[in-house]
Amino acid sequence: MQAVLGMTKRLGMFTRAKGAALPVLTVVAAIFLIWYVAAAMMNLQWERDQAERAGAEFVLTDALANTMAQERPVLPAPHQVAVELWNTTVEKKITSKRSLVYHGWITLSATLLGFLFGTILGMTLAIGIVYNRAMDMSVMPWVIASQTIPILAIAPMIIVVLNAVGISGLLPKAFISTYLAFFPIVVGMVKGLRSPDALQTDLMRTYNASANQSFWKMRLPASMPYLFASMKVAVAASLVGAIVGELPTGAVAGLGARLLAGSYYGQTIQIWSALIAAAILAASLVAIVGLAGRIVERRMGFAR
Amino acid sequence: MNWFLIIGVIVFWLAAWALNVWLSNRYPESRIVKFFVPTLFGVTLLVLWEGIARGADIPPILLPPPSMIWVKLTGSLDILRADFVQTFLKSALAGYIMGCGAAFITALAIDRSPFLQKGLVPVGNFVAALPIIGIAPIMVMWFGFDWHSKAAVVVVMCFFPMLVNTVEGLRASEVMQRDLMHTYAGSYWQGLAKLRLPAAMPFIFNGLKICSTLALIGAIVAEFFGTPTVGMGFRISTEVGRMNIDMVWAEIAVAALAGSVFYGIVSLIERAVTFWHPSMRS
Repeated sequence: MQAVLGMTKRLGMFTRAKGAALPVLTVVAAIFLIWYVAAAMMNLQWERDQAERAGAEFVLTDALANTMAQERPVLPAPHQVAVELWNTTVEKKITSKRSLVYHGWITLSATLLGFLFGTILGMTLAIGIVYNRAMDMSVMPWVIASQTIPILAIAPMIIVVLNAVGISGLLPKAFISTYLAFFPIVVGMVKGLRSPDALQTDLMRTYNASANQSFWKMRLPASMPYLFASMKVAVAASLVGAIVGELPTGAVAGLGARLLAGSYYGQTIQIWSALIAAAILAASLVAIVGLAGRIVERRMGFAR
Repeated sequence: MNWFLIIGVIVFWLAAWALNVWLSNRYPESRIVKFFVPTLFGVTLLVLWEGIARGADIPPILLPPPSMIWVKLTGSLDILRADFVQTFLKSALAGYIMGCGAAFITALAIDRSPFLQKGLVPVGNFVAALPIIGIAPIMVMWFGFDWHSKAAVVVVMCFFPMLVNTVEGLRASEVMQRDLMHTYAGSYWQGLAKLRLPAAMPFIFNGLKICSTLALIGAIVAEFFGTPTVGMGFRISTEVGRMNIDMVWAEIAVAALAGSVFYGIVSLIERAVTFWHPSMRS
């Protein structure tokens, strides 16, 4: 529980980290530099083998240039991945099976559905836990224990079993996302609903507010910053769930399927472009939830 | 349909819930009750599962009852032990130690450079939110099918959460405390060993706990991309294919137990190391 709270706190932090542009850019530039050097070094062996096999003389400068443009490199250079990303998003038709937009949309729809389910389930459980002591004592330890079970490992079984009952397509993946997403929501929401202090609850009591009124007018609004911080973690977790949920279906569609197909056929550039696409998707989802959170907080008068 | 069984189970559930409500309202502070109530809730879930799976004649291929899983689990201990050694002891634990160790050393190395910290922490936070598990196929290509590739996935998964937590922990001591070290003429290393590292421990253990669950997940999921014929992820994916769902559940039970025990051990060490922290004293 502490662990997730820590995560939520920190995820909130990285959107706020301003004035760190120069250091961040330096680090990012360093990462790209390391990437290029690593690509050259890791792909060089193959060039050397090629030259040996062809009986040609091994020229280091030519070989180094070639390492940046291999068809199936051990580690593709960043620009190769960028070109592949451009080709599979902008150049291809969206309906094409080769378009990353098409695969991304399939993953995204499962992610969003699972995120929605997870948010609803998490909020319901949190309200139950805050208002019912028996539920607090009996459910909360199991909610925490549920996360030590590696749900992602169970993903194949959930998919196959649900398929056998006739549920296939979006829903099984969404269930896996739900399971990953509900936990941060429960933890954050419970904390948020309990955040009003004694003074505030006393004030509600002097107003003679009913439990219902104090929920809608005090506890629920007070929980909003916590809810949005947890939702950022939850949406990132949902995406992981949806991607892993696509693996056992046998590489049909989605970003996870692109990863699996790429690993079957040794298409490293395809793997990396699917990976980067997933990263972009995750970053945009977290950013959108963060933005929504800030808008809500501003309208409610939290933000300065 | 065995209505007798189903109704019996539901009556048991209601009775257990009523007992829980009564106990938690009557003795909210009692330690025994705090342990008993969640245990009873867990037992109720198992009984409910058993009764409905048997009473409603759900085919065992879809949802085997817990008793059947238990029989399977005790009957195939050898396979389970081999899988456990391969996935947990070799892949997950090795990766966990290397990943967390590397992150800890990196955090110490950039401790004296605020510039690098400012750059690395947002990048680390960003990477920690990404679906890193996707690098599994790449690692399998680079390091082969055996446990080395799984450990590599776990190293990458653990590195960034651990790095961010350690860097933040090293900042956790207060200015007053650091000034005190300064007035004692403590050197940088003394300050680090006697003040800043102990103050960082709650954060470091937070990172260690996050990574303990990530490590097992990473090791199992990486096995979906290729393994030798042993390992929890391998077993789960092949037995699902052969529709031996009870074996899958047995493997899941082992994984859940291993994950919980691992998390519990890290928590116990945390309790011993950060006994002074307010959250531990309550």
